[in-house]
Amino acid sequence: MATRAPERAAPPRRPGGKRRLTARHWRHAVDVKASPYAYVAPFFLLFCAFGLFPIGYTLWVSLHEWTLLDDEHTFVGLENFRVLLADSYFWNATFNTLSIGLLSMLPQLLLALWLAHLLNRPLRAQNFFRITLLLPNVTSVVAVVVIFSQIFGRDFGLINWVITSFGFDGIAWRDGTLSSHVAISTMIMWRWTGYNALILLAAMQAVPRELYEAATIDGASSFTQLRKVTVPMIRPTIAFVVITSTIGSMQIFAEPLLFGAYTLTGGQDRQYQTLSLFFYENYMRLDFGFSSAISWMIFVFILIIAGINYLLTNRMKGSIR
Amino acid sequence: MTGRRVNNRLTYLTLTAVAFFFTIPLYYSIVVASRDNASLASVPPPLFPGGNFFENVSRVFDTVPFGLAMVNSVLVAGSISISVMFFSTLAGFAFAKLRFRGRNILLLMTVGTMMVPTLAGIIPLYILMVKLEWVGSLYAVVVPALVNAFGVFFMTQFLSRALPTELLEAGRVDGCTTWGLVWHVVFPAARPAAAVLGMLTFMTAWNDYMWPLMVLTPENPTVQVALSTLAAGYVNDYVMGLAGTALGTLPLVIVFALLGKHIIGGIMQGAVKG
Repeated sequence: MATRAPERAAPPRRPGGKRRLTARHWRHAVDVKASPYAYVAPFFLLFCAFGLFPIGYTLWVSLHEWTLLDDEHTFVGLENFRVLLADSYFWNATFNTLSIGLLSMLPQLLLALWLAHLLNRPLRAQNFFRITLLLPNVTSVVAVVVIFSQIFGRDFGLINWVITSFGFDGIAWRDGTLSSHVAISTMIMWRWTGYNALILLAAMQAVPRELYEAATIDGASSFTQLRKVTVPMIRPTIAFVVITSTIGSMQIFAEPLLFGAYTLTGGQDRQYQTLSLFFYENYMRLDFGFSSAISWMIFVFILIIAGINYLLTNRMKGSIR
Repeated sequence: MTGRRVNNRLTYLTLTAVAFFFTIPLYYSIVVASRDNASLASVPPPLFPGGNFFENVSRVFDTVPFGLAMVNSVLVAGSISISVMFFSTLAGFAFAKLRFRGRNILLLMTVGTMMVPTLAGIIPLYILMVKLEWVGSLYAVVVPALVNAFGVFFMTQFLSRALPTELLEAGRVDGCTTWGLVWHVVFPAARPAAAVLGMLTFMTAWNDYMWPLMVLTPENPTVQVALSTLAAGYVNDYVMGLAGTALGTLPLVIVFALLGKHIIGGIMQGAVKG
């Protein structure tokens, strides 16, 4: 430092010194003003090219008669949407998506809450339990479906073996509406319960200890503490988990596709075809206009459900206060 | 006191039971993968691994280009995670520590984009790939994933907490340019979170299914696409399907079991803010 000081004092004596200093100042100013934009630019450029632009363009495509093979794209207005809303397969897929979504989300949320509650206390082997909770989530969806297709098999499946050994008849899981929904929901629950439990656990650990101590002194049982202290305190995180699982459940795709051994209809009677699979079926027909209409409807459904979630959590907040 | 001990024992018992149900499907997949198809029909079904694993695996390699799929998946997931770590750290640093016009609105937009489903733009994305002639090539899978909102948000959260502003100011006083700060101060400080982000991204990219299925071909697949070819074309050949599944899943599961502590820490840290 001491050796540098004279150097800094020297420039003003030289005639060009002042200009060089301003040049350096200018460079510094540009650096400070512009570099933040340079650093966030890669994300926003990529998002505009591969995120924002495609979404807007989906709407444009959905207003046309559009196939991949044809260069002519006739403008048809809302015709694709009109056909879609009159299509019973679409409403069937909507029903299946909601049914599978509810069947997997409600038990999953309760189970995740309970698991997080159990883990939210000093335990030995805490890390062991956390890692096993997340193992299913590391397993790929494809692998999960292949494994569970075997477990839910009609003839040699593990579950039917257990059922028949208790003297009941085995279940043809794929054939019924309810049974196939249960099987698919089980796969989703298996993969996501642990993940959601960890997120809820993280929120629970931020709840002040004194609240629990006070509750214990008042004689509240562990279950009452969960209901009256924990759940109200972590409501934002619960809402977050609900919204992300809703978005996920509107896009269930690999499970019905591979559970039906790669049939695009989701079972003979379309008993477990979800919206995403319905989309994919029409995409495979290269009917891009119609499938774009489907993906926009899925987007709209997600917005509606997210809105309802938002209103509900807001109302709950109000009633607690 | 005794009541609490009984309670604790119940907790351990419950958690162990849950751990059992969470691991049994993985275990059973190994059992099936190491048997032959005939033995699956026996009653009771086999509950312990057999000796056919390597035979089944070699049939997997004969049926689909599984070696190529593994190389492809490593390339795809590897390059995506390196790029996500790099660009997310840069953007996260800008959002967390630099002042600039429009910062808040841009950050809000970033968070908002996390809510947008992939499906909403997937058709135009496909049309774009046709135009770029990237259909069937790994570029189609890698390029759109090079940086994402989750990564940017994750690094913003971490750096706003973990990077002391005084350190940056000291760097400025010493005459560092912004890039100098990034290189000498931000990158070293970001390392632990970037590692977690890298591992999470690697797992997501490795497991991604719908988009690779749409845009890649069975001749040049990722692991998940190859596995679904197996599952689709050889429905009743359970042992081969599960041998492939085990091969495509176990490396990741083992890595996770070893590094899981850190990854879980990362997930939970990111979660509290959400």
